[in-house]
Amino acid sequence: MSGAQGEASTPILEVRDLTVHHGQLRALDRISLRVLPGEVYAIIGANGAGKSTLLRTIAGLHHPTEGSIRYDGQDVTRIRPERRATSGIAMVPEGRRLFGSLTVQENLQIGATYARKGPWTIDRVYELFSWMRDRRAQRTEQLSGGEQQAVAIGRALVANPRVLLLDELSLGLAPVVVQRIYGMMPQILASGLTVLLVEQDVSQALRVASHLQCLLEGRTTLEGRPSDVTAAEVEAAYFGLRSAPAEETEP
Amino acid sequence: MVWVNQVIQGILTGGLYALFACGLSLMFGVMKVVNLAHGDLAIVGGYVAVGVITVTHVPVLWSFVIVVPLMAVLGYVLQRTVIQAALDRSVLTTLLVTFGLSVVIENALLEFFTAGSHSLGTGNAIITSSFSIGSQISIAYLGLLIFAVAVVVLTGLQYFLSRSRYGRMIRAVADDKEAAQLSGIDYRHVFGIAAAIAFGTVALAGIAYGMTSQFAPSTGTDTILLFAFAAVVIGGLGSLWGTLLGGVILGVAQAIGAQINGSDELLAGYIVFLVVLVVRPQGLIARGGQA
Repeated sequence: MSGAQGEASTPILEVRDLTVHHGQLRALDRISLRVLPGEVYAIIGANGAGKSTLLRTIAGLHHPTEGSIRYDGQDVTRIRPERRATSGIAMVPEGRRLFGSLTVQENLQIGATYARKGPWTIDRVYELFSWMRDRRAQRTEQLSGGEQQAVAIGRALVANPRVLLLDELSLGLAPVVVQRIYGMMPQILASGLTVLLVEQDVSQALRVASHLQCLLEGRTTLEGRPSDVTAAEVEAAYFGLRSAPAEETEP
Repeated sequence: MVWVNQVIQGILTGGLYALFACGLSLMFGVMKVVNLAHGDLAIVGGYVAVGVITVTHVPVLWSFVIVVPLMAVLGYVLQRTVIQAALDRSVLTTLLVTFGLSVVIENALLEFFTAGSHSLGTGNAIITSSFSIGSQISIAYLGLLIFAVAVVVLTGLQYFLSRSRYGRMIRAVADDKEAAQLSGIDYRHVFGIAAAIAFGTVALAGIAYGMTSQFAPSTGTDTILLFAFAAVVIGGLGSLWGTLLGGVILGVAQAIGAQINGSDELLAGYIVFLVVLVVRPQGLIARGGQA
């Protein structure tokens, strides 16, 4: 069902004119996006562009002032976060947010508490991250940042989501660790997931994305397939350079 | 031998204190609620037992079978309504709300039961009799029974928290309730369960207290709440074994104080409490990682 060409025009996740305020600050300003089944939809942007706010609002942790979120054809804008999670939207939150006093295994068990039916099990996560099985009895606060990120991904996967929200996987991790984690993406996608990810590290996002959207100060500045946008356009959209058109020297 | 006897009495009383304290510790550990009505709820448990026994003629020792579930339901309902509404506002609001609950409960008890004191089960053989070891050590069956119940309850609670599915959810929510939501867990429901456990255990403690002493509407805040706080602080927040240790240390300190001078009983307990607070503010058994 995921990624099927016939259904390509029916988005699994659709955000329309989403506006979110943090107090007086307008963090998101009429953001819209359509994520098709099987896509890896990457949202890039600098610090404070509103990327995490967007993801957290889709997960239900922030309430929008305006706009709507539709998942699988249903309006979920007013639905509580735990209900969205059990209906198939899982999130790997920024900063990993593991249950620090619980063991690796218990963290995964929590993720699987209200799991949907599907291919992911705790055993399968142990196969994906081979080091994890031997250290399943350790508390997660004793793990390194990269290991914690892997557990956080595993915790989201065992819920067997249809849409996986990844919030800044690279944050606070060494480049080599980030590469390794993004290197896992094909194996994760092979199970038929749709991914919406937010990333500051543009090169990593471009590596895996099938669709790109750039945010700047809560607004969309660029959108398209990675193959259709130039590095200069991405740079201009990312930093908000008004001089971008002047650099269009290509034929 | 007199001192040995006092230490034994203190240890046995400590079991009761631990039973009072474990719910207080649980509610703070899981939802950061400092429940100032905790002592009053114990007394409510005692009064409910008085009512239940009068109406159903159930034996005193078995009254908990009715009272504990009733109080657990009350705990769930109060948590999901009044306390959750306070939590959604701020920590300070929660403190004020539980203080308000305490005042409301105490005055409601005064209204219904008057200021006179009640007790449970006077005249019951198990409750009033004791046995002796040598000439100076006298152990009440009831004290031994209550201590055993406290150990069983704490062991059971520990097992529940570390092994069961709901126990795991309670620990996860205590760590990070937002992350728990992302795993599909309704933390408000989990809070309700934690409150149900806390109310159930404190009701059990209230019944036990009612068998050992007289109680009146003001006993909750005057005595029980303070003892429970002291036991939690001495033992260390979030650790159930710490709570038992804290209760026992408080009980022994009081018993020894009473032996030195009848009026020093409470003083001795609070001196130990203050010393621990100064020397080891995280408590004797601090929960690893959470401290």
